Amino acid sequence: MKSVDVNVNVHHLTRVEGHGNIVLDVKGGEIQKCVWEVVEAPRFFEAMVRGRKWDEMQEITSRICGICSISHSEVSLKATEAAFGITPSEQTVRLRRLLEHGENLQSHILHVCYLVLPDLMGVGSVFPLIETHKDAVLTVTRVHRLSNELCDLVGGRTTHPCSVYVNGFTSLPDPKALESFRTRCEEGLRDLQALADIVASVSDKIPPFERETEYIALTSKEEYALYDGDIASSDAGTVPVDRYKEFLQEYVVKQSTAKHAKHLRASYMVGALARFNINHEQLTEGAKKVAEQLGLKAPCHKPYMISVAQLVECVHSVEESIRLIDELLDRGLKHEPIEVKVKAGRGVAAIEAPRGLLVHDYEYDKNGVCVAANCVIPTNQNHGNIQQDMEALAPTILDKPEKEIELTLEMLVRAYDPCISCSAHLLRLRRR
Amino acid sequence: MKPKLGVFDFASCEGCELQIVNLEEDVVGLVSAVDVVSFREAMKEHSDNYDIALVEGSITRESDEARLKQIRENAKIVIALGACATIGGINALKNLHELDEVKKIVYGDKADWFETYPARPIDAVVPVDYYVHGCPIDRGELLSVVKALLLGKEPEIPNYPVCVECKLAENQCVFEKGMFCLGPVTRAGCNARCPSHGNVCMGCRGLVDNPNKEAQREVLEKYGLTVDDILAKFTLFGTYQEVTGK
Repeated sequence: MKSVDVNVNVHHLTRVEGHGNIVLDVKGGEIQKCVWEVVEAPRFFEAMVRGRKWDEMQEITSRICGICSISHSEVSLKATEAAFGITPSEQTVRLRRLLEHGENLQSHILHVCYLVLPDLMGVGSVFPLIETHKDAVLTVTRVHRLSNELCDLVGGRTTHPCSVYVNGFTSLPDPKALESFRTRCEEGLRDLQALADIVASVSDKIPPFERETEYIALTSKEEYALYDGDIASSDAGTVPVDRYKEFLQEYVVKQSTAKHAKHLRASYMVGALARFNINHEQLTEGAKKVAEQLGLKAPCHKPYMISVAQLVECVHSVEESIRLIDELLDRGLKHEPIEVKVKAGRGVAAIEAPRGLLVHDYEYDKNGVCVAANCVIPTNQNHGNIQQDMEALAPTILDKPEKEIELTLEMLVRAYDPCISCSAHLLRLRRR
Repeated sequence: MKPKLGVFDFASCEGCELQIVNLEEDVVGLVSAVDVVSFREAMKEHSDNYDIALVEGSITRESDEARLKQIRENAKIVIALGACATIGGINALKNLHELDEVKKIVYGDKADWFETYPARPIDAVVPVDYYVHGCPIDRGELLSVVKALLLGKEPEIPNYPVCVECKLAENQCVFEKGMFCLGPVTRAGCNARCPSHGNVCMGCRGLVDNPNKEAQREVLEKYGLTVDDILAKFTLFGTYQEVTGK
């Protein structure tokens, strides 16, 4: 290796959600320091939920994250239902699955097109692309609008849904609106194909870096697991959700206000690529085709391909939305009164948020007041893997110009789509 | 020359910034009217030269104050974006508990590694020119505030309760359905979104400037509720306003 000095210091990395720094310090070809630091202001959700009643838990935990508020809302409702021994109706579950696809699409399009694509096109943001690639930008906004309208239609609001509730919905979508939305999903699939073609045209800009790690995601016999399932590891089989602590072991590190996590290796990965590696056979046909077009094959150990896996999931989410809307319309939407019987107990639930496995674990007293809570966030689980990737990647690119090293490291962190606010918004409450 | 706009954030979920991206095709219109010169969540470039600063999030630690003061110094107009910035919002729920205890519960024996103090809205640290309320903000309202400023007009921020909009939407009163609602004292501007979706108003837009306490008391008495009931509910978003009496 050449004897080089490199000093990369990215303070508050851009085009990611939240605040993080990248530091790479190399003297005479020797790496002195190579860290991914999380400096987000911690928000202490444990204090926020302490002493609050069951009907406020979704309201509060939804605010952990603006981008994945629907996943937080749904897993929160599921945890409360698990604690009270409630099984929601088929219609409720179907509507929640549909709503989750809306968020998955919204979050992935935001990441792939607004946050990652500018790097592949050699610009600093999507804004200059409005001038140079207006049609492409309008295609992006059309798909993004489609996802947000689905969230509005089913959840009552794009961000922080207001019609979701324990054991039901406080209002139902208008069937006519669902029907016209379904037609627009077909247009959405054509737009997604156009976006896949754009990504294919710049795919040589995706760094080929490869490092095998452990992959963890929900898995289910019935479907490509997003709303429900057991926790699966690429190294170690599956466990039911209530034994999540066997796989998801969190610890505190000084460089980060967000916790890290590990299982069998030094770190593991969650999110679209982990899901793809574990459950790819259950993707819809259209999604499989786009995976093939973009050269994504399981098992894939290339972290920069996370964005491609997300685009594949976008197609899956739209095709699944069409199927779910057909089922809802076939059966007819019925008003179902919401019944909640409060009891003391613990409830654990998991969901696949856009960025990966998300667990909420609550304990209630006999009045339905929360006395203990723990929340395991996808990005927390990925921080350790980002660090391990950086340590493996940095020595291989030291001969490049400093600006290129910096961009390659930035793109690595960005590929993980870190939701740093989420990860620093810790929620853990132990009973005293 | 187009006015320059910067977007900044502190302790928050960044859901309000997301509403800017959620303007969809209107973003194209927005960038034809203003130059976005700093928006960390969406762009790599950054400049300290801006006229309008949109600020999301609460202030929860000493080290963030200097950054906010610098933003205030750089900008001609500072707009607080969303409940965390305008009223403290959900973040202030932690103020209801002892800070040392809060830190210890999350970080255990590593509690001293991380700094934090009780959450505050941004106008507790710097003067604020305009407020876009809500959790999250309504993107239409944000657009109308920015449009008004570009036209040199005063933006109209509603100062009447959610009940007004709820009546206009012809919703059945939430209290009549046997539920409890903060609509009578909460600032409107959301088109009574939550009650219109069968839910209750949780007060995310904060109190109107002069809440009609008598009317609220009458409503409470009519339905057999007490002021304590409403205060308990109000702490969800309004802990900071409640504790400081602002």
